[in-house]
Amino acid sequence: MKEKTQVADIDRSLYDFRYEEDESSFLDSGITPDIIREISAEKGDPAWMTEFRLRSLEIYNRAEMPQWGPDISGLDMDRIVTYIRPKKGMQSDWNDVPDDIKETFEKLGIPQAERESLAGVGAQYDSELVYHNVRREVAESGVVYTDLESAMHDERYADMIRSHFMKLVPPSDHKFAALHGAVWSGGSFVYVPAGVHLEIPLQSYFRLNARGAGQFEHTLIIVEENAYLHFIEGCSAPKYYEASLHAGCVELYVGRNSTLRYSTIENWSKNMYNLNTKRAVVAEGGKVEWVSGSFGSHVSYLYPMSILNGRGARAEFTGITFAGEGQNLDTGAKIVHNAPETSSYMNTRSISKSGGISTFRSAVTINENAVGSKSAVSCESLMLDSISRSDTIPAMVVKTDKADVGHEARIGRISDEAVFYLMSRGLDENAAKALIVSGFAENVSKELPLEYAVEMNNLINLEMKGSIG
Amino acid sequence: MAELLKITGLRVDAEDKEILHGIDLTVNEGETHVIMGPNGAGKSTLGAAVMGSPEYRITGGSIIFGGADITSETPDKRAGRGIFLSFQNPIEIPGITLSAFLRSAYEAITGERIKLFEFRKKLSAAMDVLQMDKAYADRELNVGFSGGEKKKAEILQLLVLRPKLAVLDETDSGLDVDAVKTVSAGIKAYREQTGGSLLIITHNTKILEALTVDKTHIIADGKIAVEGGAELIDEISANGFEKYI
Repeated sequence: MKEKTQVADIDRSLYDFRYEEDESSFLDSGITPDIIREISAEKGDPAWMTEFRLRSLEIYNRAEMPQWGPDISGLDMDRIVTYIRPKKGMQSDWNDVPDDIKETFEKLGIPQAERESLAGVGAQYDSELVYHNVRREVAESGVVYTDLESAMHDERYADMIRSHFMKLVPPSDHKFAALHGAVWSGGSFVYVPAGVHLEIPLQSYFRLNARGAGQFEHTLIIVEENAYLHFIEGCSAPKYYEASLHAGCVELYVGRNSTLRYSTIENWSKNMYNLNTKRAVVAEGGKVEWVSGSFGSHVSYLYPMSILNGRGARAEFTGITFAGEGQNLDTGAKIVHNAPETSSYMNTRSISKSGGISTFRSAVTINENAVGSKSAVSCESLMLDSISRSDTIPAMVVKTDKADVGHEARIGRISDEAVFYLMSRGLDENAAKALIVSGFAENVSKELPLEYAVEMNNLINLEMKGSIG
Repeated sequence: MAELLKITGLRVDAEDKEILHGIDLTVNEGETHVIMGPNGAGKSTLGAAVMGSPEYRITGGSIIFGGADITSETPDKRAGRGIFLSFQNPIEIPGITLSAFLRSAYEAITGERIKLFEFRKKLSAAMDVLQMDKAYADRELNVGFSGGEKKKAEILQLLVLRPKLAVLDETDSGLDVDAVKTVSAGIKAYREQTGGSLLIITHNTKILEALTVDKTHIIADGKIAVEGGAELIDEISANGFEKYI
């Protein structure tokens, strides 16, 4: 018999497992300068970082909560434990990873994924990297892929980190950027030297595994001139009943004539507040390509930003958001054209189901100096029933008349006629709807490496064997 | 010959307005039937009701197919029993290729997995009958297809899915002479390859030239006005429907 195909709520049963945390590894749950000093001391931060954290905390305490998006009043900051120490430090060999942690990762298929010709795995368990491995050929090409803390303590990279860390996303950006600056922990550092084309993607997984714990990983990627990198970030988290917070930060520096592709599949559990900040700056002739899938979390605010700073720089954003029951996902992208002949293209899909709310926000700014620039935004929404909601909020600021901008939005419901058409060919109702949804999501799945496209389709519980031929 | 489709006293509503006021119609295995009639008479409604369209509500009568009462069955169940409807306006499904869709449909109907390579062979053979460019297999289903291409794609599905009964709803409308010939050859191939029955809703006799018609039904105002053999088609062609309205 044919395998069943259906659109259901995202099946998280695979991801909804967790292991007991040792209570002793929790720090006090509030955020005070003392806590920050404690975190900083434990991590052995250099003095500038301790100061940076304290300054960020001050900004955090002064900054207002955002009032313009989905409700986040359910987030009680006093109850968020900001840092959980892992039981062991960094591991270079999978065999040395503690068994319960290993089991969690194995359920997520990480070592298998690595064996399948992936370049390296940086798997984050709670707040620190416990397992990290870069294949030899990648290392030999001069590419650096490590956790940010180690890099900060390595004299070869220390200055580079100091001059780039939270320069693109300063703590003053918004309240949760400030929080991130104060309590950030773990994450990845990638450096691609000039002229290196890394054909195989680098990937990292982030997970949250402690009740009430926030995760504040920082990803810093620097790609020098004439280089290529594809970085994949995959996230999933177990389900909890207390509010959880994710306030990560991603900073991407794309050098002249280089391309950086950054792919994410986010699948936080449905109690998560995902308040993530991602930003890229692109030099002359360079290109950033974002591929973004947002499936999980209770509330998301996610708008990766691309700043096109050099002549001919380009940005592409391909995204899909799937909001099911109890989810309010506010996603989109921002582009700033800040040099002549820059171009940007945004192509997004959002799906809402069972009362889920999906909002697409785009902000394109074309500055006076960006003459001869082009921008095209295309967003489509699909509502699977009458109790779900989908909104599109596009913004465009164009300060030169020598630019070409276009915007296209479509919002629709799944059509009864289309379902009937497919059912008349033998597909049951669920399979018919699944086929329509997977076709709708094809803009993203075709951009992902096969194993991630498969993961994405597992996430929306679509069996696509029959539909990708 | 055994009865394949037996419609008795069928009454059908669309948006609370009765469209069909009691239709009786029987199609035996291997027969070709033609339904003609003026616009708005209810011909397409009958085709859609046989397939189980949710747009229409059956308020009376029954539809028996292969001895089973399918009056309240969902369209996928009916497809599984061997009913096929060629749509007058086939639906565009973005992001899904014709080939991938048709393979899913084939597997759903037969209940068996088919290897991609084997499926592509079947598909390719059917495309040859319709003189279709093979590139269409990998195009998104009906997206950007011309009217004629959509109709050919419907007949392609018919040839691959091999139903026991094919209901063709104005498959010839909007086609140029050459396209009508191709589609007609496809329908003939279906008959020859499967021995399946046909219920052809049409205004145009061109599409029927290659076929042997067993029965003709004229529907007017939601009722069968007159029935006859193939000769009735010629009479209608010559004199129109006026006499029966």
